[in-house]
Amino acid sequence: MRNPQRAQNIAFFFLLLATFLIVVPVGLIIAIIIQKGLPAINWQFISDIPRQGMRAGGIFPAIVGTLYLVIGAVIFALPIGLLAAIYLSEYAKDNLLTRITKLAIVNLAGVPSVVYGLFGLALFVVFLKFGASILSGSLTLGIMILPIIITTSREALESVPYSFREVSLSLGASKWQTIRHIVLPNAIPGILTGTILGLGRAAGETAPILFTVAAFYLPRLPKSIFDQAMALPYHLYVISTQVPNVDEKIRYGTALVLLTMVLFMNLVAIIIRYQFRKKKKW
Amino acid sequence: MRKFKEFIIEKLILICGLASILFVALIFLFLLKEGLAVFKTITPFKFLLGRNWYPISEPAQLGILPLILGSFLVTFGAACISIPIGVACAVYIAEVAPLKIKEILKAGIELLAAIPSVVLGFIGMVTLVPWVKNIFHLPTGLTALSGSIILAFMAMPTIVSIAEDALYSVPKTYKEGSLALGATHWQTIYRVMLPAASSGILAAVMLGIGRVIGETMAVMMITGNAALIPHSILQPVRTLTATIAAEMGEAVVGSEHFFALFAIGIVLFVISFAVNVTADLFLHRERK
Repeated sequence: MRNPQRAQNIAFFFLLLATFLIVVPVGLIIAIIIQKGLPAINWQFISDIPRQGMRAGGIFPAIVGTLYLVIGAVIFALPIGLLAAIYLSEYAKDNLLTRITKLAIVNLAGVPSVVYGLFGLALFVVFLKFGASILSGSLTLGIMILPIIITTSREALESVPYSFREVSLSLGASKWQTIRHIVLPNAIPGILTGTILGLGRAAGETAPILFTVAAFYLPRLPKSIFDQAMALPYHLYVISTQVPNVDEKIRYGTALVLLTMVLFMNLVAIIIRYQFRKKKKW
Repeated sequence: MRKFKEFIIEKLILICGLASILFVALIFLFLLKEGLAVFKTITPFKFLLGRNWYPISEPAQLGILPLILGSFLVTFGAACISIPIGVACAVYIAEVAPLKIKEILKAGIELLAAIPSVVLGFIGMVTLVPWVKNIFHLPTGLTALSGSIILAFMAMPTIVSIAEDALYSVPKTYKEGSLALGATHWQTIYRVMLPAASSGILAAVMLGIGRVIGETMAVMMITGNAALIPHSILQPVRTLTATIAAEMGEAVVGSEHFFALFAIGIVLFVISFAVNVTADLFLHRERK
C-alpha cells in the first residue's frame, strides 16, 4: 500500500465493520425477543401457574423459583466474597499464598458452568444428602458467582486512596476500625455493582441448576429450601426443546421475561458505576 | 474485649480469603471421587480415544473421542469467527471510536456478555438454524456451524473487553513517539500498539476460547447432539459439555454411565484449568 492515508481509511473501515458485526446482531436479538415476546406478556402470564403441559397459563412458579435461587446464592456468596476481597486488598502480603489464591479465583471464574452442576450434584445433592433442592442449587450458584463478587469488590476496595487509611490509622484507629468505617463505606458502590452483576449471572445460568434443583414441571410454589423448584432459564430450555407444540408466543414471552430480569440487573449495575465515577471525591 | 472481637473478625477474613482455594480443591476432589471409578472398567486410553459413545447399550461403550472432536470442531469454528472480529472491535473501541460512542459500545458489549446462554440458544434455534438449513440445503440446520456462530457471540465480549484493556495499558509514550516520527494512526496501531499489547491480546483470545469450550446450554440446543465423529462442519455434533447436561438426568447415581459423565467433567476441568493458568501467565507478563 503506497498511500498510508488510504491504507488507514481502509483499515478503519474494516474495524468499524467488525464492530457493526457484533453490535447489529445484539440489537437484532434483543429487538426480536421484545417484538415477539411482548404480545405474550399480560398479568395472567406473569401470575398464573403453567397449564395444559406448559402449553398455556403462566410462568409464575419459574419466576419465584429463580428469585429464591438468586437470593439464596447471594446470601451465601456475598459475605464470603466480601471478606475474601477485604483479605486480598487489605491483609494479603505479596507472597506465594496470595498468588495461589488469586490463581484459584481466576480458575473458579473459568470452570465451565456444567462442571459446577456436576460438583453441586456430587457434593450437595449426593454427599451431603440435601437432595435436588433450592438449598443445593443456591449453594452451587453461590460458588459460581463468588469470583465475580470477589474481583469487583477487591477493585472497589483497592481504589480507595491509601491516604484515607493513613489518616485513620494515625488518629489511633485500629486496622479493622479503619476498614469498617473508612474503606468499606467508600467502596460500597463498587461492591454493590459486583453483587448485582453476580445476581444477573446467577439468574441466567441453566447448567448448574440442571441436576441440583430444577424441576421439569411443578405447578405449585416451593414450600421450603429442601423443595425442588422451577427456574426461568430451565423452563425456557424445556419449552423450547423438550415439549412439542408449545405456542411460539409463550416461548418468546418466557425469553423476554428472563432477558428483562438479567439485563435490568446489569443496567442497574452499569448506572451505579457510572454515577459513582462521576461523584468520586478523589 | 474489642481486641478479641477484632481477632475473631481478622481470622474470619483470613478463612474467607482462602475459601477460593478450598472451593477449587473441592471441585477437583469431588470430580475425581466420582469420575475415577469409571477407570475400573475401562482404561484411560480407551476412554479418551474410543470411537464409540453408546453409554446405555450392553455392554456400554464409553469412548469420548467423538465428543472431544465435536467440542474441538465447534470451538475451532467459533474461534475463526470471533478472534478477528473481536480483536478488530477492541482496536476500534480502544483507538478509533470517539469518546461518547466508546462508552456506548462498551455498555453494549457488556450487555451481550449478560445475555443468558439459554436465550442465545433459543434465538439460534428459531432464527439461525433455519437459515443454515436453507442456505446449505441441509436435511437439518442443527449443525456444528450453527453452534460455532452462536458461540462466537459468547466469546466476543470476553475477547473485546480484555483485548481493549491490553491496548489501553500500552504506555502513552509508545504511541506518541510513533506519531511524532510521522507514522499515521493506523501504522502506529499496527506496528506499535498491537505488538506491545500482544501478550494481553493472546490472553484475551485464550479466555474467550476457554469460555467457548465450557459453554453448555446454547450448544446443546443447536448443534444437533449426534455423538458421531464429525466429517464436516455442516454435520450435527455433540460436545463434551452437552453430553453431561443431556445425559446426567437419566444416568443412575453410581452407575458406570454416571461415573463416565464425571470423568468427562474431569477432562473439562483440566482443559479450563490449563487455559486459565496459561492466560493468567500472559496477563502477568504484560503487567511487568
